[in-house]
Amino acid sequence: MTSPAALEIVVALLLAASGVAAVLAAVGLLRLPDFFTRTHAPALASSAATWCATLASIVWFGSRAPGPALHLWLIPIVLSITAPVTAMMLSRAALFRGRQAGAPLPPPLGGRQ
Amino acid sequence: MSPLLAAAVDLTLVLYALAMALVLPRLLGGPTAQDRVLALDLSYVFGMLVMLVLAMRYESTSYFEAALLMVLLGFVGSMALAKFLLRGEVIE
Repeated sequence: MTSPAALEIVVALLLAASGVAAVLAAVGLLRLPDFFTRTHAPALASSAATWCATLASIVWFGSRAPGPALHLWLIPIVLSITAPVTAMMLSRAALFRGRQAGAPLPPPLGGRQ
Repeated sequence: MSPLLAAAVDLTLVLYALAMALVLPRLLGGPTAQDRVLALDLSYVFGMLVMLVLAMRYESTSYFEAALLMVLLGFVGSMALAKFLLRGEVIE
């Protein structure tokens, strides 16, 4: 059985990691050069940030109530199903709209210069 | 709730607010419509994270339902917008 102080340190570290991951995702969305690279940034928020925040909640509520806090697992499970579907649909929309506008999509192999 | 944990919760809320503010230029300025939808989807995820942390702050499990609803409604909204961008119709 861990002491309450150690448990609170774990929860605080998980929360801080979640906040840092969220800021990194936002900075990625803001700074990356084109749409198809930008679609990668929100994955950091819906994976790392959400996992750390739900894990902190699970540890915190699990320590305060009898029995494990299982219902909190629903959020990362649902998000891990919905986030890739959204990213794929938006990428298809971007591909379609870019081709309608005459852009050479998908971009040629070899990456940007 | 100990002072350490209260400070961590406050710090996390500030970081989420900063992340939402950083997404705002992309949401308002584009440059393309799909960029705006992507930014809106990301800010839905940040709102859900704020709900999760508020549940710890106010020691209430009711925020969990709000967080789950935000995940589902964000998905439905983003899918509808993506479908509209792709086909020009939401329901065909």
